[in-house]
Amino acid sequence: MSVLLDVKNLTTQFNTEAGIVKAVNDVSFQLNEQEIIGLVGESGCGKSVSQLSVMQLISAPGKITNGEVNFEGRNLLDYESNSDEMRAIRGGKIAMIFQEPMTSLNPTLTIGRQLTEMLELHLNMTKEAARERAVELLKQVGISGAESRLDDYPHNFSGGMRQRVMIAIGLSCNPRILIADEPTTALDVTTQAQLLELMKDMVSKYNASLVIVTHNLGVVARYAHRIYIMYAGNIVESGTTEEIFANPQHPYTKGLLKCIPRLDEEKGRKLVPIEGLPPNLINMKSSCAFAPRCSERLERCLTEAAPPLRDIGNGHYVGCFEK
Amino acid sequence: MAAYIIRRLISGFIILALVTLFVFFVMRLLPGDPLIIFMGRSVSSGNMSMEQLENMRAEYGLDKPIMVQYLNWIKGIFHGDLGTSIHYHEKVGRLMLERFPITLHLDIFSLFIGTFLGVMLGIAAAIRRGTWVDTLATGFANIGITIPVFWLGVVLMYTLGLKLRLLPIAGYTSPFDDFWMSTRQAIMPVICLSITSMAVIARQMRSSMLEVIKQDYVRTAWSKGLKERVIIFRHVLKNSLIPIVTLLGLAIGIVVGGSVLVETVFAIPGVGRLLVDSIFAQDYVVIQSSILIIATIIIVVNLLVDISYGWLDPRIRYS
Repeated sequence: MSVLLDVKNLTTQFNTEAGIVKAVNDVSFQLNEQEIIGLVGESGCGKSVSQLSVMQLISAPGKITNGEVNFEGRNLLDYESNSDEMRAIRGGKIAMIFQEPMTSLNPTLTIGRQLTEMLELHLNMTKEAARERAVELLKQVGISGAESRLDDYPHNFSGGMRQRVMIAIGLSCNPRILIADEPTTALDVTTQAQLLELMKDMVSKYNASLVIVTHNLGVVARYAHRIYIMYAGNIVESGTTEEIFANPQHPYTKGLLKCIPRLDEEKGRKLVPIEGLPPNLINMKSSCAFAPRCSERLERCLTEAAPPLRDIGNGHYVGCFEK
Repeated sequence: MAAYIIRRLISGFIILALVTLFVFFVMRLLPGDPLIIFMGRSVSSGNMSMEQLENMRAEYGLDKPIMVQYLNWIKGIFHGDLGTSIHYHEKVGRLMLERFPITLHLDIFSLFIGTFLGVMLGIAAAIRRGTWVDTLATGFANIGITIPVFWLGVVLMYTLGLKLRLLPIAGYTSPFDDFWMSTRQAIMPVICLSITSMAVIARQMRSSMLEVIKQDYVRTAWSKGLKERVIIFRHVLKNSLIPIVTLLGLAIGIVVGGSVLVETVFAIPGVGRLLVDSIFAQDYVVIQSSILIIATIIIVVNLLVDISYGWLDPRIRYS
């Protein structure tokens, strides 16, 4: 399996009036060909910002201050955000699906137009060819009567259907990578399962890789090959899905697992939430960001910086002191 | 849709009926007598006797009870007769036919230019927010809103017309007679007529764009790799135009109201000027009919504006 996307030491910060917010702090991750990875963490821990940084969709006052995004032998951060090279990557090579299906589609354009504009742009298709391809894509994501629905507007679709349209848009130009930013958060549970299944099938059909950003470990358990756990702008643990679930090392990962129910456990276990809230990212201290909420906290955790990710075998890395 | 239009037409009709009542009776409340004013102005009036005056009064139907006068006026309108002007001694219909095209020419021109420039200025200010472009456009819009139109007219006449001699000072020529002259004469009046609506539209457009640019679907558009130009014109513009359409109805009122001032300042023989002259002459019939026509236009334009919402925003359905 070869590496498709190699993100190194990515740092994105927002210069606000209250101070500097390091939303993504020295984050590195890799995505292999035809792999599905999960990026998991609480709200506001930098998951989305890290992915938007890969796409260079960070707008002022946000700024990518450091790092590399290596993709197909190039560092994407060498390109200006609005350069022709970067625009060819966006949508053409790396596509993104967003959290809110209700607001992510333009209400004044037909679904067909929102699909074909991308085909015309990246694949130089004619209007007719693009329309045909759009019908085919809608069929593939399970929208019945695709031909006639092409001329409908987003408000004629339900949330789940809109997210199917977003998946069709995302995969329309055969991208190498699909980034799904909390794709199912706004939907009900049965629709969530259907959409995840659809996404898995579609990316394998198109030989693409998939990044699922979510706050719900349960969502990625079934689909992701590997999982990255993020906290306060840092990756605190990573490993194969089996390793993370069977052998969690970081107290934060353990905490996340304790607060979701599992089928393979004894009945009657109480779900345990993680106490407290994620820290305010403005002007952070250099010591471990999770220490104040940590149940396994040591003296040194409050004074020393958290250690860098440490290899503990089986492709499992953890950013916590050895006990 | 058809049912909606019919309902709107009926309500428009009711509004017009109220306008006729209001205009007619308020005019009669004013002190003064149009016939005496006419006599005072006309050269041959020196030897006009009381008898002749009463004859004239009967001729114009002004001797009848006020309710009868009103009903006669309304009856005339349905027969296509708007009445006869006391001051001009001419059928109001003919007067209108002469003057209306002039006002229409300048007003449509001004509305088009005001809307177009207003939208463009708003777009420029929004997409270059916080830069000198924004400062300049916003400043210009603020000046445009506060500047008195008649004052601007006089200043333009003095500088561009009198001192620099770039443009004819005043007057009006039909574009069918002399297109070049007509256009040169129209420049200053059109600037005056369009500046307020342009400023109002520019400010609304700016804030509307800034609102739309933040929307999720615009981020989606960026994630597709589209060019900024395509994103602005395809994804942002249509959505930001929705509140502008509301303003268009208002802008019509601003321009038509402005015509009264601008036509007076620039000596343009349009409906606005006619209205002012008629008010000074207390020429009831002309005032009533001009205002009725202006009200009709504003009602029709507002109906068109409301219908165009459906084209801009497919979520809007008329029922």
